[in-house]
Amino acid sequence: MLLQIKNLHAGINGKEILRGVNLEVNQGEVHAIMGPNGTGKSTLASVIAGREVFDVTAGEILYQGKNLQKLSIEDRAREGIFLGFQYPVEIPGVSITNFMRTAVNEVRKYKGLDPLPGGDFLRLMEEKKKLVEITSNLTNRSVNEGFSGGEKKKNEIFQMAMLEPMLAILDETDSGLDIDALRIVANGVNKLRRPDNAFVVITHYQRLLDYIVPDFVHVLFEGKIVKSGGKELALELEEKGYDWIKKEQE
Amino acid sequence: MQSETKEILTAQRFIDLFEQNRSFLEMNDTVKLAKIREDAMASFVRLGFPDTGMETWRLTNLEESLGRGYDYNLRPLPEVDAQKVFRCNIPHLDTAVIGQLNGWYVSKDVPLMELGNGIIMGSLEEARKKYPLIVEKYFGTMADDADEGLTALNTSFAQDGVFIYVPDNVKSPKPVQLINVIHHDANLFLQSRNLIVVGNNAKLSLVHCDDSYNHQASFSNIVTEVHVGDHGVLDHYKLQNLNNNSTLISSVFFRLGAAATLDSHYISLNGGLLRNNIRVLFNGLHGTASIFGLYLMDRKQHVDNHVYIDHAFPDCTSNETFKGILDEYAHAIFNGHVLVRRDATKTDARQSNKNILLTDTARVNSKPFLEIYNDDVKCSHGSTTGQLDQESMFYMRQRGIGEETARMLLMFAFADEIVTKIAIPQLRQRIEDMVKKRLQGELQICEQCVLHCSTPEHPVEFQIDLTKI
Repeated sequence: MLLQIKNLHAGINGKEILRGVNLEVNQGEVHAIMGPNGTGKSTLASVIAGREVFDVTAGEILYQGKNLQKLSIEDRAREGIFLGFQYPVEIPGVSITNFMRTAVNEVRKYKGLDPLPGGDFLRLMEEKKKLVEITSNLTNRSVNEGFSGGEKKKNEIFQMAMLEPMLAILDETDSGLDIDALRIVANGVNKLRRPDNAFVVITHYQRLLDYIVPDFVHVLFEGKIVKSGGKELALELEEKGYDWIKKEQE
Repeated sequence: MQSETKEILTAQRFIDLFEQNRSFLEMNDTVKLAKIREDAMASFVRLGFPDTGMETWRLTNLEESLGRGYDYNLRPLPEVDAQKVFRCNIPHLDTAVIGQLNGWYVSKDVPLMELGNGIIMGSLEEARKKYPLIVEKYFGTMADDADEGLTALNTSFAQDGVFIYVPDNVKSPKPVQLINVIHHDANLFLQSRNLIVVGNNAKLSLVHCDDSYNHQASFSNIVTEVHVGDHGVLDHYKLQNLNNNSTLISSVFFRLGAAATLDSHYISLNGGLLRNNIRVLFNGLHGTASIFGLYLMDRKQHVDNHVYIDHAFPDCTSNETFKGILDEYAHAIFNGHVLVRRDATKTDARQSNKNILLTDTARVNSKPFLEIYNDDVKCSHGSTTGQLDQESMFYMRQRGIGEETARMLLMFAFADEIVTKIAIPQLRQRIEDMVKKRLQGELQICEQCVLHCSTPEHPVEFQIDLTKI
C-alpha cells in the first residue's frame, strides 16, 4: 500500500479541521476527493505534504509503510510525494530552470545519485515541457511570475513530470482553467500514470473527472470522508449537489 | 605639519589643525578655492560633527566611532608596495584602474593620465596645480558645506583624491575603476575628495570601491562631487566591503544637466558603520536618475542610506530602489527624500525600500518621503520589511529543495533584482559571486582589496548552482 491514513485529526491554531480521516491508496490507482468548500480538502493535502502550520493531533499517515510525521517537508518530497498547488506561488528572481535543476538534483542527492549533467537536464526539460504543451522558453522566466492561471497550473504538472513522484496530490488543479487548459493538464496527468504510482485528485467539480477518470471517489465533509464509491459517485454528486450528503449526515 | 597623534576626534582638534596648517593646505589653491576652503571651515566651526540631535543623523550615532583614537595625516604615509596592493582587477574586465591608498592617489610618478581623447584622470592634488581653472569651475559647487559638518570638514581639508574629466562629446572607451584601499598599522582617520566631470554629451562608467586591507579601525570621510553635463551619461557603481571596525561616511553629490542620465548603484557588503549620503540635483530638463542600493549586513553592522533628490526642473525622472537583508543584530536605515519644487511639472519620482529581517534582533528604520509642491507629477513610494516568505519556502521545500538551500535561493533572488541592474557583465558576474558568498557567510575581507585579485581566487563552490543556464 502506498498511502494509508488512519483516523487523522489535524487543525490550525487550535481549530480542528480534519476530524478522523481514513483513506487508503494503492499503486496504480487514481482517487478523487470531492466535497463542498471549507470541509478540509486542501488541509488534507497540506498535512500530507507536511506543512508546518497545521498540527496533527491524532491518527497517523503511513507512506510506503513509514510514518510521515517524522519526515520534513523536503524529505517527504524526496520520498516521492508531490503536491500540485491550488495557488502556485510566484517566486520573483528564481528562474524555473534554476529552481527545477536545484529540486531535481536535491532529490537525486537524497537517493544517492549524482547531479544530472546540464545537457541532460535541459533535454529532460524540453521533453517534459511537451507533455503539457508548454511552448514558451522557460529558461529566463521566474517561477510563476506573471503567469496566467492556466500557465501556472501547466507549470505544476510540468514540475510533477520532472520530479516523477510516486504519489501526486493535485489540489484543485482544475480551478480557474478554461476547457483547453483543462484538457492539456488532464492529458499531462494521464500520460504520467504508471502501474507503480498513484494520484489523489482534489476537485470541487465533476468536470475534471471526465478527463482524469478516477478509480475511487470520496466525499470529504466536515473533516471526514463520509462516502466513497466508484466514478459514478462523482456523477451522482454532479446531479444532486452536496445538499444530499449534508442531509444524509444530519 | 604632520599630525601623528592618536587622539579622539573632536571638532576642536580639527579647527586647531586647520589653523596650524592653513598655509600648507592652501598652498596650491586659487583665490576662489581658498575662499571655498575658508568658508567650509567656518561652516564646520558652526556645525561640528553630526550628532543624533540632528534629524538626518537621528538614527546613526557616530559617538563610538569618533571616540576611538585615530591618526590623521596631512601627507601620505610612506607607501607600502603600491604595486602589490593594486594588482586588483576583475577577471576579463578591461578597466582603467586608479588606485588610492588611505585616500591618497598612488603612482605619483604618473599623477595625471592625459589620454588622447582629452580625458584626464588621476590625482586631484595634481589637477589643482595643472588645471586650476577646470577644478575651480566645479570644485565645491555641488557639495553642501553649509548643512553637513562632515562635508564642510572634508572641503576645508581637501587635498588629494581622484579627478576625472571627460570632455564634451567624448565617450570613455572603458570603465574606470577607482579603488580606495585602507592600509595602516594603527587606527586611521582619512579624508579624500573626488571630483568627477562628465561633459556635455559625454559618457563614463565608473566603478568605485572602498576596501580595507586589514582589520585595523578606520574612519573615512569621503566626498565625491559629480557633474554630468547636458545629455551626459554616467553609469556609477559604489562597492563597499570594509572590515567591521571601519566607519565610512561617503557623500556623493550629483548634478545632472538637461537630459543627462545617471545610474548609480550602491552595493554594501560589509562594514562597521556605513553611511551613504547621496544627493542628486536635476539642473536641467528631462534628466533621469536611477539609484539602486543593496546592503547585506550582519553582526552589529550599521548601514544608513540617505538619498536626497532635488527635482528643481520639470520633466525629470528619478527612481530609487534599495533592498537589504539584515541578520543577527544588524541595523539598516533608509531615508529617501524627494523634493519636487514648485515649477517641476511632469516629475516622475519613485522610491522603494524592501528589507528582509532574518532575526528578531535585526532592525530597519525606513522612511521614504516625498515633499511635493507641484500638482502635475507622478510620485510613488513604498517600503516593506518582513521575513522570508513562508509560502515560497513551503513551495520550494515541497519540491525537494532543502530548507537552507531554499533560504539561500530566496535571499539571492531578493538581492538579484539589484544585481541584475549592473550593466557591465563581468562586474555583474563578480558581484553576483560576492553576494552569494556574502549570503553564505564566506566573504572575507580579502588580503588584497575586495576585488581580490592578485591571488587567484578559488572558484566559488555552492551546494546549489545558482547560475542561470
